[in-house]
Amino acid sequence: MAERLVVIGAGMASGRALEHLFEADPGAYDVTLFGTEPRGNYNRIMLSPVLSGEKTYEEIVTHDADWYAENGVTCRFGETITEIDRARKLVISEAGETPYDKLMIATGSAPFIIPVPGKELRGVMAYRDLDDVNAMLLVSSNPNAKAVVIGGGLLGLEAAAGLQARGMDVTVVHLMSHLMERQLDPAAGYLLQRELEGRGIKVMCNASTKAILGTENVDAVLLEDETVIEADIVIMAAGIRPETRLAVDAGLHVERGIVVDDQMRTDDPDIVSIGECVEHNSVIYGLVAPLYEMAKVVAKTLLGEAAAYQGSTTSTKLKVTGVDLFSAGDFAEGEDREEIVLRDAASGVYKRLVLQDNRIIGTVMYGDTADGNWFFGQLKDGSDISEMRDTLIFGPAFAGGSPLDPMAAVAALPDEAEICGCNGVCKGQIVGAIQGGATDLAAVRATTKASNSCGTCTGLVEQVLAATLGDDFVMPTAQPVCGCTDFTHEDVRRLIKSQELKSMPAVWQACEWKTSCGCHICRPALNYYLLSDWPDAYKDDPQSRFVNERKHANIQKDGTFSVVPRMWGGITTPDELRAIADAADKYDVPTVKVTGGQRIDLLGVKGQDLPHIWADLNKAGMVSGHAYAKGLRTVKTCVGTDHCRFGTQDSTGFGIKIEKRLWGSWTPHKVKLAVSGCPRNCAEATCKDIGVICVDSGFEVSVGGAAGMDVKETEALGKATTQEDAMDMIVAFVQLYREHAKYLDRAYKWVAKVGLDWVKEQIVEDLENRALLVARFDHSQTIYQTDPWEERTHGRTARSFAPLADLSLEAAE
Amino acid sequence: MSWIDIGALDDIPLRGARVLKTQLGCLALFRTHGDKVFAVDDRCPHKGGPLSEGIVHGASVTCPLHNWVFSLETGTAQGADEGQIDTYEVRVENRRILVDGTRLALGMAV
Repeated sequence: MAERLVVIGAGMASGRALEHLFEADPGAYDVTLFGTEPRGNYNRIMLSPVLSGEKTYEEIVTHDADWYAENGVTCRFGETITEIDRARKLVISEAGETPYDKLMIATGSAPFIIPVPGKELRGVMAYRDLDDVNAMLLVSSNPNAKAVVIGGGLLGLEAAAGLQARGMDVTVVHLMSHLMERQLDPAAGYLLQRELEGRGIKVMCNASTKAILGTENVDAVLLEDETVIEADIVIMAAGIRPETRLAVDAGLHVERGIVVDDQMRTDDPDIVSIGECVEHNSVIYGLVAPLYEMAKVVAKTLLGEAAAYQGSTTSTKLKVTGVDLFSAGDFAEGEDREEIVLRDAASGVYKRLVLQDNRIIGTVMYGDTADGNWFFGQLKDGSDISEMRDTLIFGPAFAGGSPLDPMAAVAALPDEAEICGCNGVCKGQIVGAIQGGATDLAAVRATTKASNSCGTCTGLVEQVLAATLGDDFVMPTAQPVCGCTDFTHEDVRRLIKSQELKSMPAVWQACEWKTSCGCHICRPALNYYLLSDWPDAYKDDPQSRFVNERKHANIQKDGTFSVVPRMWGGITTPDELRAIADAADKYDVPTVKVTGGQRIDLLGVKGQDLPHIWADLNKAGMVSGHAYAKGLRTVKTCVGTDHCRFGTQDSTGFGIKIEKRLWGSWTPHKVKLAVSGCPRNCAEATCKDIGVICVDSGFEVSVGGAAGMDVKETEALGKATTQEDAMDMIVAFVQLYREHAKYLDRAYKWVAKVGLDWVKEQIVEDLENRALLVARFDHSQTIYQTDPWEERTHGRTARSFAPLADLSLEAAE
Repeated sequence: MSWIDIGALDDIPLRGARVLKTQLGCLALFRTHGDKVFAVDDRCPHKGGPLSEGIVHGASVTCPLHNWVFSLETGTAQGADEGQIDTYEVRVENRRILVDGTRLALGMAV
């Protein structure tokens, strides 16, 4: 008589295992199959097309009633096993006991329901089986129905795309900073987000769910930042967990999943387990390919044949129509690893290969995934790719071919090929202009308008110049931002504005960055450009700032910091001085120094004391002096008409007003000002970035001074008769500098590049433009004029100044 | 080995660092781009700069004092600079960070 095999779970893993078993030896076992769902096995990974309406349930059934009958399987669908009794070798369900000789646990996984208030409301559902899909479809048929999907992973995005295809208003709420962070790097995650948003799906990253609101049915989702998103249904797609309860109760060895050996055996020799519920070599799998490999092995084990499962390398494709995305292997960076990145900004293509010892160990592709399986094949085979390394990223079509010569490619373009998309200029027109005497980039721009708008085609135009002129053309050697890109600071700034690039991944893609996340040179520059051009849309990234700006204090050579409170216009009070003295005592400050900017520097403060000393100084009414910032530093003043017998205006009062208007703003480099009350210039205004000299008839505003590595006198910008007029001129100049200068160019360097005449045109002659500059500056200040000390003296940010943990106090063993 | 849970992955900002005090002195724990965590000495061999305050890019960190760049995987200084920092074993499980307490107590670098 055949042995009795009981299978718990009628999903894809056990379905495939039974196929192998019956193929090899149809009579070996009498099989009883239990499944909680009231139906047999279907292709669960094809639920997304069912949800979106591209397939029907019938099309995804893999085993129908006839198949089970032909193979003599006793089907017990809709019946849940509640207990395994290993001593008596039987399983228990509501209907009674069923004995086994061999038992296969294939209980799969259960969706992780995040523990927030409201999770039990009607309308909150997982996305796991056909019943879930049917429930979603019921709601989606209502007009204007809204869905919130919690979780921007594979499953969540497939659900979101499906519901959106059914006409629902869909928002994806994702805890991490980019979509599908387990499969994609940030660059590909950004492209995916852009694609989904283009379809009308709202995507919120860095969004943590606080509660689900409603009385009986779901009404809305509340985020930690108090955002409320209306919802008729909420899909929980925050992850899955191996379903191990039965195994735990039965006393089997269970870690995160049911632990199995290479033969898929649990620690009970009569019980095997496969699928998403198992843990093999500390790895849990949630994709179908490994499940199928396990199914093969378990069939052999059950038949007493030798077989070993050796773990799987997995690849992922997102099953959303029109989204081409592929990822496989390990794509984290590492020093012993190299990467090849190809970005094509125009067609939205991103490909990244991670190499180790001349072998592909990981790949992420977006936009064009045609070569995905070929790369995956190379990865699984561990092929040595050194021979074809130069052309590897171009895929099998070029494998083994000679490296591409970009010049040859441009030379081969036909005359009607479009070079400049913005202005519709084709290669023939450019060649014509060159032959007509336009022999450099500027001349070509002037005659044809090519590369005159967004500038992305500049490189192509230069190649056309080189191909047409031959050796007569010398390629200009513009300095790129850093080794991560070929674009210059100026190009990057222009593209950020013209293409409305509002995030780092957007810039990396558009400017064809060659690294996955930039470096210590480009990241601070990009962070500045983005926050100054898009104060609303872009969020400042502390991890892209140099230590001083991240810590809001100046690091000293011994790793301690200096703290400088603001003293408006250099004016202080006895109370402030007492508070500073008390703080210096309390925190053992070794050095107290008066600075050149008319304030007091406390040097030698320990990093972990920073939030505390700031809190004390805040209490006395003082705020950060930004002595560490590429931003507004100080406005130095003399005492003016208040006390001085020569003073012509209230230079102190005006200096304070300027400082109160400008403080907190970020600029390409530091900005220092001074206001002197008369031409004797005691505040030394003529060697500052902006200087004001008060005279009887008004205010002389001059700019572009320096007294550091270079010493330079300011040049006159204009004369104002009123304080308001002078103030507008100063604010507009700062904003013009903020919008146009290269990161780390002081104002004098920038003025020398653009010319003082151009600056005057913008600010002194064009009053309408001046007003717009002032308005943009003031708008930015509504976001950035905040005291960084006050924000960091409490909560999570304050804790970040302390060690993560202290193990030094534990007793040594 | 005795693995000690010292905190959550999310306690370290992405591409950021936190300090861990040990009997060997301060270690810097870095979280990179791909959510990998590395532990190295929090002290640049050049002039003693606190590496935990540096900018993290790829699997490297740039010292905040004089821009020396170190591999977080091997601890070797990159480019023209020559130097080495000790690296320590660290594991991430269920978004928790674990360090090897035995090694830290015995004072052995990996």
